[in-house]
Amino acid sequence: MILDLEKFIAEQREVWRELDELLSVREKDPAAGMDLEQVKRFHHLYQRASADLAKLRSFASEPELKGYLESLVARGFGEIHETRQRAHRIAAFDWLFRCLPQTFRRRIWAFRTAVAATLLGVVFGAAMLSINPETKDVLLPFQHLQGSPSERVAREERGINRSLEDRKLTFSSQLMTHNMQVAILCMAMGTTWGIGTIVLLFYNGVILGAVAADYLIAGQASFLFGWLLPHGSVEITAILISGQAGLVLAAALLGRESALPLAERLRRTSADLVTLLGCAGMMLIWAGIIEAFFSQYHEPVVSYSLKIGFGVMELLAVVLFLNHGTATGCGRITPNAQWPNKSPDHKNPGGH
Amino acid sequence: MLNGRTKALTIRTPEGIEFSLQLAGPISRFLAWLIDLACISATLTVLGVFFQMITALHQQLGAALSILAAYVVTVGYGISLEWFWRGQTLGKRILRLRVMDEQGLRVKFSQIVVRNLLRAVDSLPVFYLVGGMACFIHRHGQRLGDIAASTVVVRIPEVYTPNLEKLTADKYNSLREHPHLASRLRGKVSPEEAYLALRTLLRRDELEPEARIALFHELAAHFKSLVKFPQEILDGLTDERYVRNVVDVVFRSRL
Repeated sequence: MILDLEKFIAEQREVWRELDELLSVREKDPAAGMDLEQVKRFHHLYQRASADLAKLRSFASEPELKGYLESLVARGFGEIHETRQRAHRIAAFDWLFRCLPQTFRRRIWAFRTAVAATLLGVVFGAAMLSINPETKDVLLPFQHLQGSPSERVAREERGINRSLEDRKLTFSSQLMTHNMQVAILCMAMGTTWGIGTIVLLFYNGVILGAVAADYLIAGQASFLFGWLLPHGSVEITAILISGQAGLVLAAALLGRESALPLAERLRRTSADLVTLLGCAGMMLIWAGIIEAFFSQYHEPVVSYSLKIGFGVMELLAVVLFLNHGTATGCGRITPNAQWPNKSPDHKNPGGH
Repeated sequence: MLNGRTKALTIRTPEGIEFSLQLAGPISRFLAWLIDLACISATLTVLGVFFQMITALHQQLGAALSILAAYVVTVGYGISLEWFWRGQTLGKRILRLRVMDEQGLRVKFSQIVVRNLLRAVDSLPVFYLVGGMACFIHRHGQRLGDIAASTVVVRIPEVYTPNLEKLTADKYNSLREHPHLASRLRGKVSPEEAYLALRTLLRRDELEPEARIALFHELAAHFKSLVKFPQEILDGLTDERYVRNVVDVVFRSRL
């Protein structure tokens, strides 16, 4: 039997058009509510279109019309079967003071791993430079770190090296964008099962350790902490949090946290990744401002104790912020969560 | 699932209905990206003129704002447009592509952000080589960003209704003189054969004259082999006219 296509289209066209219009309205304003009658009508139209698609599949070979109906059913399916929490209106306050700290704590294992990778790098960098100072060229391939720390401190304290004085704004924006690129890369490298993220964190640690060792060996501890702490306490934490995001992504890829299928694990992880990276982004904006406008001033303009005190206060504020509030309420994935029963079936559910 | 030249993602709903989302290939996605790149460049050029005016007033402020704007526009273009246009950028809109959740559900903001931020890896080492390779290899045509965000890029089909009126209306159909044979023909022609005949008729003017004659001859011979109509009906009926009558019988059931 072949479907009387002309009659079929003539009879059903109005149903498809109405469903199409309803879907367009929903797509334009997803947050708009529907009353019970509208919901019933919407569901009825969706079922009619689904039935038409099934009929067309069985009794006609009409790829274009089938494609159109599939598109309608697919759009309707997305509206009807979407059960995830809707967040079309951005609740900034709630996200900042509830979701962000909770997400950070829920994924604390990843942060600890990021800290461990960085610390390993710090130890390695410091040890290499202490044992063999000639490795400085390799460990610190940056011109402004190549010279003698004592000479630099003397220059800075005499106010000779104030090349940034006239371009603090551009320097600050360059720092923000560069650090954001590093943070995004650190998270994105989670796709390499976390290897890329670990390597980046370790490399960051190597540079940090080598710089620290270089200045400490030269007896410039006050300058070092006064220079690094005001922006570093926030900037380094931000990079660690982006590393945390990368490791969370890697864990979802590897299936470390739950037995859900890969696609579902990744879907449930995406909100946490955005939250963590959003946190890192905000911190890097702050760090960029502080580095350009505060960190570059040294004694006698600003005392080292003040700078160190400021840096420690910032670090304390970050720690308190990330650890405040309740531990639950903004949950995403439970470690032993199971694949929900009422869910669409992929023809190939095996994952990637 | 491979569907001819294009990949498709088939989803079965809890109601037991199956539908396929035709997946966009790497070429169409690359073209959409080129359009988006042109849009980003155009936006930055316009903003550049604006920031030059600010630079004239305050050099530092103008330079700082242009650095920040370049970064925000480059990173934020895809995120903001895909969010406001439900999975479409300008390039995707022009080429009728859309980002969707891998399970056919609505794409969420976090998924959009993740897939766009992971361009940092997909674009390595140059010209989206990593993303392009992943797209070619992956059975759902996903780049790494899509895999991480559980999204796919699908084609949006255009609304199509076959214009049977144009083909068969107001024309005498001699096959209808034998309703029992016409009914038998309807029962024997498969949907695929009927569709092939319809498409051939719709596109007949695009064919070379020799190819057109040969193709309709072949189709007519096939349909004639399915049901034998009396010879007096077939006399004087060209192959093309015969196929047209078959299509009329098959797609319109008023006998």
